Amino acid sequence: MKHLNIVSSAYRATIEEQDDTVVWVTHCLRNAGADIDMLLCGAAVNYPAAGQQVAPVTIGGRTQKHGPDVHEQIRTFVGNGSKVMAVREDLDERGIDHRRLLQEVQVIDRKALPSLLKNYDRVWHW
Amino acid sequence: MSKGKTLTFVLMDPPFEASRTTTAMRAIDAALRRGVNCNVFAYEGAVMLPFRHQQPHPNPVHGRDAAEEDHPLPREWVAGLMAMAKERDAAFNWVNCGLCVDERGAGDAIDGVQRGTPADLWKMASTSDNTVVVATA
Repeated sequence: MKHLNIVSSAYRATIEEQDDTVVWVTHCLRNAGADIDMLLCGAAVNYPAAGQQVAPVTIGGRTQKHGPDVHEQIRTFVGNGSKVMAVREDLDERGIDHRRLLQEVQVIDRKALPSLLKNYDRVWHW
Repeated sequence: MSKGKTLTFVLMDPPFEASRTTTAMRAIDAALRRGVNCNVFAYEGAVMLPFRHQQPHPNPVHGRDAAEEDHPLPREWVAGLMAMAKERDAAFNWVNCGLCVDERGAGDAIDGVQRGTPADLWKMASTSDNTVVVATA
């Protein structure tokens, strides 16, 4: 069964969780045997862009030094038979230079989405 | 257990925060009423939905005491769905994501709630006719 997880809500509680929880669960599903790819849209298209950094956050004297690294999450997911795709128009709207993306990430035109989705038995939009 | 269709639902919102939860619960209710077997994988804040210590409260702004207010509690909805599934001879599994439970201290859930991992979600989804993801915004 071919499966696609669509991530559109970006940086959702990433400080508290130290990762993107949908990217995390997608890793877990693959580790459990799922044949699974990931489509990034909306603000989540920034995940594969290089040069992200999370500075330590101090709240009430408690400093969180170990920040989330969503770029690394994507980098470790892509490959091993799994694809990561990003919507071109969402990248361009945000002025994200495609050359900053991980080279394994495929950039997909929005108009190509219907035919892309037909390739999957299950599509989950998070 | 019904030999009919099976649906898996993934819930993510914490209780008392989003109308999506009520909508999802209504969808599960409707499925169980039709004898459809249902699985729920509660991810992130949704693990608090069956938390045992939810309590109703009075509402002075409404001018009502606790009994009059009759505040709905998601743990009662979950228990009600479990009971209804039993009556309808439908399977109903509620699986809380264990790590999500730990980070929230949500281990004290109502009876019948199972602890699991995303691997359980995959098993449930793989054996279901379809899966509905109700994610947080």
